[in-house]
Amino acid sequence: MKSGRFWAWLTFGIGAAYFFIPLIATLEFSLRMRRGVYSLDAYQVVLGDVRFQESFGYSVLAAIFTIILGILLVVPAAYWIRLRLPHLRPIVEFITLLPLVIPAIVIVFGYIRMYGSNSPLPFLATAGGTNVLLVIGYATLALPYMYRAVDTGLSTINVRTLTEAAQILGAGWTTIITRVILPNVLIAVLSGAFLTFAIVIGEFTMASLLNRPAFGPYLQLMGANRAYEPAALAIIAFAITWGCMSLIQLLSRYAPKPASYSR
Amino acid sequence: MTDISLSRPAVADNSAPPAAARGARLPTQWLGVAPFFLFAILFLILPTAYLMVGAFQNAEGAFTLDNIAALAQPSIVAAYWISIKVSFASSILGALIGVAIAIAIVRGGLPSWIRSATLTFSGVASNFAGVPLAFAFLATLGRLGLVTVLLNVLFGFNIYSTGFNILSFWGLTLTYLYFQIPLMVVIIVPAIDGIKKEWGEAAATLGATGAQYWRMVVIPVLWPSFLGTVILLFANAFGAIATAYALTGSSLNIVPILLYAQIRGDVLHNANLGYAIAFGMIVITGLANVFYIWFRTRSERWLK
Repeated sequence: MKSGRFWAWLTFGIGAAYFFIPLIATLEFSLRMRRGVYSLDAYQVVLGDVRFQESFGYSVLAAIFTIILGILLVVPAAYWIRLRLPHLRPIVEFITLLPLVIPAIVIVFGYIRMYGSNSPLPFLATAGGTNVLLVIGYATLALPYMYRAVDTGLSTINVRTLTEAAQILGAGWTTIITRVILPNVLIAVLSGAFLTFAIVIGEFTMASLLNRPAFGPYLQLMGANRAYEPAALAIIAFAITWGCMSLIQLLSRYAPKPASYSR
Repeated sequence: MTDISLSRPAVADNSAPPAAARGARLPTQWLGVAPFFLFAILFLILPTAYLMVGAFQNAEGAFTLDNIAALAQPSIVAAYWISIKVSFASSILGALIGVAIAIAIVRGGLPSWIRSATLTFSGVASNFAGVPLAFAFLATLGRLGLVTVLLNVLFGFNIYSTGFNILSFWGLTLTYLYFQIPLMVVIIVPAIDGIKKEWGEAAATLGATGAQYWRMVVIPVLWPSFLGTVILLFANAFGAIATAYALTGSSLNIVPILLYAQIRGDVLHNANLGYAIAFGMIVITGLANVFYIWFRTRSERWLK
């Protein structure tokens, strides 16, 4: 057992080195902009850059719309499938897995060819339409995570009893979903939302191919032209991802335990 | 719960139990799922189908296998091959290292905070991909990266003189491992938790040695989840483009970068050949996922 613990520490140590060295190196690199001393110059340059502010703002907005779209699509569908249409579950689960099978670049390639200016649904004819299409594309990327989060949340509450109780009290469908079901799965929905945010904020492929001024293409542009700013941006991006994951973990502490928890 | 056949509304009405007697307002049954299905068809299935059909058409829209045959040209084959190699190496290595770390934190007798810290960090790192990850590795192992410089200053060892280059197969694999290993940890830890202590005790009672217990109990139980996750990691790496693009520009010719260049500027001078490349990508990740689902259903028997 003693030697087992030694190997465990060794494995953990090597793993920790692999994961922390790049972070330390990036942090160190980001502080080297001013010759000879460590400074926060790179961060000042980045944060003061108008293009940073604009592209970051654009991506935050895109992420918020993606989250709203994702919730509108997934919550009613997952709820209905639990309540009334359980035989559709395998089909829906299959669909939500598709974005893991079809690479993002292929999905966006399909959009470019299908929704051009001469098509029946000319999303790409206007900038506004292209923005909508980008949000739609992001929603497909987030679909597997959003659906799983919401479905897990629904499995912890008794959907049928809550619905029937609400109906007896005279609630309509809109009231049931917005005022009974949604508050009960709010934590699960928020977890999905933060994960969506983390995925969308720095997304490059779709934004770049749709020519949108998002954060991902901006990052790529900086990487191609600057030395120290990319390291600062990498640290900022890591901090954002970390923030999203911490919020999810924090939320999971308040999540109800599964109703059918048997241990 | 009764299984109401909703494909035939009349039958559903007749057989509906009192609880579901609202069948009179049947369209509401579908209203909740309709947006979801409409969305999936319009923005997931049709665009993909469009490309797949296009892969088998020439510029005039007639059926042809020329595009698929054209995939055999050396530059495209090379792109597929290097993509498959990078995805394969990063998924196998990521899986093995991930399992080693998972076993260490679950079974290794380490303090419990290490387990939760590792899982939290894995959640972060598995989502830390794309362009910023490339920046981090350039700052680490690029020509001016911290590790490159430190090795040179402290030990007089220039890793670039050994033929290593961050903009190469191994450079890309090493970078991909940064999200592959944590993804493996996140997925496999529940499977390792599923190995019950009683099994070890039962094996010991029956006289099994430690090695026999691992060989005949632990590995067979973990095997399907392990293999399934390897395949998921493979598909994960195969479709990724942002990291490679930011790291290597277009100097490393992997399939997604080739497709990216084709979408941007028709570098292959044949639009339908672009469809064929997309089709090939879907075939590869699709096959991978078929295997994944198959292994997953096999492994779930043990995790209940």
